Amino acid sequence: MPMQTPTTSDPRYLRAPPRRGIALSWRDPTVRAVFWQVVILGLVGAGIWWLVDNTMRNLEVRKIATGFGFLEREAGLPIGESLIPYSPADTYLRALTVGVLNTLRVAIIGAVLATILGTVIGIARLSRNWLVAKCAAVYVEVLRDLPLLLQLLFWYALLQGLPGPRQALNPFGSVYLSNRGIKFPWIEWQEAHTAALIALLVGAVATWGLSRLFTARQMATGVRPRLWPWAIMLLIGLPVGVWWAMGAPFTVDRPVLRGFNFRGGGTITPEFAALLFGLVLYTAAFIAEIVRAGILAVHQGQWEAAAALGLSRGQQLRLVILPQALRVIIPPMTSQYLNITKNSSLAVAIGYQDIVSIANTTINQTGQAIEGIAIIMMVYLTISLSISLFMNWYNARIALKER
Amino acid sequence: MAEVVELGKVQVRSAVQPDAKPMIELRKVNKWFGALHVLRDVSLTVRERERVVVCGPSGSGKSTMIRCINRLETHQEGQIIVDGIELTDDLRNIDAIRREVGMVFQSFNLFPHLTILENCTLAPIWVRKMPRKEAEELAMEFLTRVRIPEQAKKYPGQLSGGQQQRVAIARALCMRPKIMLFDEPTSALDPEMIKEVLDVMVELAESGMTMVVVTHEMGFARTVADRVVFMDRGEVVEVGPPNEFFGNPRSERLRTFLSQILGH
Amino acid sequence: MTPPSAEAATLGAAPALERRPPSFALGPLGWLRANLFSSWLSTAVTLVLFYLLVSWTLSFLSWAVVNAIWDVPGTGQRVDTSACRAARGEGACWALIGEKYRFILFGLYPFDEQWRPALAIVIFIALYVVSAMRRFWRKELALIWFAALTVIGVLMWGGVFGLPYVEQERWGGLVITLILATFGIALAFPLSILVALGRRQTSMPAVKALCVVYIELIRGVPLISLLFMASVMFPLFLPEGMNIDKLLRAQIAIILFAAAYLAEVVRGGLQAIPKGQYEAADALGLTYWQKTGLIVLPQALKISIPPLVNTFIGMFKDTSLVLIIGIYDLLNTAKTSIIEPAWQGFGVEAYLFVAAIYFVFCFAMSKYSQDLERELDKGRRR
Repeated sequence: MPMQTPTTSDPRYLRAPPRRGIALSWRDPTVRAVFWQVVILGLVGAGIWWLVDNTMRNLEVRKIATGFGFLEREAGLPIGESLIPYSPADTYLRALTVGVLNTLRVAIIGAVLATILGTVIGIARLSRNWLVAKCAAVYVEVLRDLPLLLQLLFWYALLQGLPGPRQALNPFGSVYLSNRGIKFPWIEWQEAHTAALIALLVGAVATWGLSRLFTARQMATGVRPRLWPWAIMLLIGLPVGVWWAMGAPFTVDRPVLRGFNFRGGGTITPEFAALLFGLVLYTAAFIAEIVRAGILAVHQGQWEAAAALGLSRGQQLRLVILPQALRVIIPPMTSQYLNITKNSSLAVAIGYQDIVSIANTTINQTGQAIEGIAIIMMVYLTISLSISLFMNWYNARIALKER
Repeated sequence: MAEVVELGKVQVRSAVQPDAKPMIELRKVNKWFGALHVLRDVSLTVRERERVVVCGPSGSGKSTMIRCINRLETHQEGQIIVDGIELTDDLRNIDAIRREVGMVFQSFNLFPHLTILENCTLAPIWVRKMPRKEAEELAMEFLTRVRIPEQAKKYPGQLSGGQQQRVAIARALCMRPKIMLFDEPTSALDPEMIKEVLDVMVELAESGMTMVVVTHEMGFARTVADRVVFMDRGEVVEVGPPNEFFGNPRSERLRTFLSQILGH
Repeated sequence: MTPPSAEAATLGAAPALERRPPSFALGPLGWLRANLFSSWLSTAVTLVLFYLLVSWTLSFLSWAVVNAIWDVPGTGQRVDTSACRAARGEGACWALIGEKYRFILFGLYPFDEQWRPALAIVIFIALYVVSAMRRFWRKELALIWFAALTVIGVLMWGGVFGLPYVEQERWGGLVITLILATFGIALAFPLSILVALGRRQTSMPAVKALCVVYIELIRGVPLISLLFMASVMFPLFLPEGMNIDKLLRAQIAIILFAAAYLAEVVRGGLQAIPKGQYEAADALGLTYWQKTGLIVLPQALKISIPPLVNTFIGMFKDTSLVLIIGIYDLLNTAKTSIIEPAWQGFGVEAYLFVAAIYFVFCFAMSKYSQDLERELDKGRRR
């Protein structure tokens, strides 16, 4: 063979592997594999073609328009809460964008809160205090065994059962609970507040940077400079300073009863509250089990070895236990974040206007079911894929530290 | 244990000074697991630079006793005084003692997410507040002493059991402890790896470290122990220098144990 | 070397006696001390939690039992719920359940024929119990399922054996939930096995890709979008004149949904089979289907039973989503039962009632799956 450089004089090693003959025999596994694949793909393709053909004919008969042209038309559908300016005169595209943002809003806030609550409950299940462990176990068992939709309807019914605005409950200050939602005092938002918020963000980034710098210093000299005075200055001093420098505007907008409803103040609608509450309580039960399993997966001997070296309880947890537990926790946690996003679609049952709810209204108004459902699916597939990619990246980063 | 590792016939010379101060004192220590009485009036004093080997059948309370010394287990009655500090619920005392007492476990308990070097530098950096460079130099010094400096960048999972246990010894030594506790350090090892670990321990003994070793390796006990302690059913049955202990056991229980463990 | 005095004292004396631990460490008091009051923090947490639990329990009992209204005058349209309205917030209105439980459980099924769905529910439960017993884990179990589901179909539809025909639109309540979940799992299961096997075909990349796309597509979107598809798009898919009813369309969506999740469970089981098993089967000269059917699947499915039960629990809960497309399952009948003006605002009572039903089913299954997992684990370790 001319391609091969002879490395040994033994002619046996010079032989190339035999080339496979192209015999079209039924006994050849490759031929069979190709045959079956053609058959299966053919059947699936024919099925899809049949469905598409039927659909085209039906659309024609029923005179239903196709295509995404409707996105540019005026939607004329009212939306209760929106993160961006919106009026019924806007297009369907904008209405659907509002829906996507509402979905993301409840999913992100829900994921953060569920993670916190779930971690607390998961750790509580491992508590040495019997009562604490038992309460956490009962919570997990009950919440997991009831349909989420039932829980959402339950919380919504409970919120709807609150008295009207005139007899609103007033637990403290100017906070009012009524069947129109939760009303609370809120500052009148001005530029100074935005600036302070940005300053807080800058402060947080700076604190994180300093903490890394101090760790580097500790590695170099052994002494870790104190972080907390800096943290206080950056996280509290800086935003307050900026706000002060810009004239310290502070007007509280309190909700006041006018006629049959409240005016002013901030609002959490009963729909959003019920959805968020239900999602968080339900998902937290699953996250608790994941956290518990993750901590149990770290062998008891690791705690003991860390303790025997003289590490404090906090250091044992931070330097030894958590890095190991996280690797067990993160993959199932990813699917919980995916679940909370997909489950937020139940919003449609209690009237919170997420993407499914708005797309559903769009379908009813335009009759273009295929496009509407395609939009819903594309949105969720995009979100699912993004979360998966991010968590895979994060997981790989954690795993890399080990290998 | 039928296998007795031959560690040379020469005994390591005792390093205990006649007026050595006691490093570990157990006074009438009692402990229960539920209703099970696992330590019964255990009293034992280990002096500076002394090497004590503890043996006994499984379930005799020897591991529990050694784990009480650095408070991985709590005792319910009696006193334990380590390096002049009495062990109580006071967290500062516990931390102070754990800094001075190194421990080696039966199952190594290396941290799987850290390299060998990081395993060794973790505690010096975070507990002793040592600069990383210094901690790494120290770690390399001890890794050289346990004869695996070339593995420093690997992870525990990539090492053999014997190597892992030697790393565990180096990790404990990096804290420069005054006392080393060994809880059956060779029981989880394949026979061919036992010797490499015992060799390291013999060297450590020669350097004058105060050691308490729970083990079934009677050859090791003969070679390095100043005293051998026999425990059975939670109590200290017999204590004595190795030649007396093996040559002239006083109690029936020890005779039975020795005949079983030495076999044949 | 002279042994220190304390040791000498011990050694010379008689062996130390076995003693009972100090009294505080044993008995109920010792248990309390160790598990509830082991430290100041623990004690404080215990007391706060205990106080909260007691106060919640008392206020719940006063609402649900002491101040509850169990009966109201009148029935149907002429019911007088003023007593309930007066007690609102203070006491539960269980009169709602007394009045509406037949509707919640059976929907609009003809009143005199409601023994039929009731019997169907009993058959469903018996089917679950039989399937849970390990001595019935044989091939015959498939026959039992087939027979039971046929009997249920006959019972519900009627039209034979002197049973009056009841059209599907009138079915409702618990039996719909059980039908959707059970038929869903029964039909999704074989499909999921095919898809799981297809996903492992490295020699057939096109088939593998098809299975991967199916699984990931379905798992990437919420069930509700599939149900919407079933309710508004399926009618467009079919040729004119061919119509399938809403329940069947929802059932198809649930089957397609469940199959994707089950396929991943089965795949997990297939992956757990040691490679040696495949090699041994090959060495015996078995064909692909013999190898799969006789060696691989029986082992893989046995391993997957606990996660299969968990998937079934998830399915059982997820069937409640059909409420959104207007099918009268257990949750929807509860929601509908409070739609009359007289009963409006008593949602909490209605939902607690169906919550109890869901909980009994799911809790029993989840306990079963946990016990089974422990048992199978033991078997494998041996």
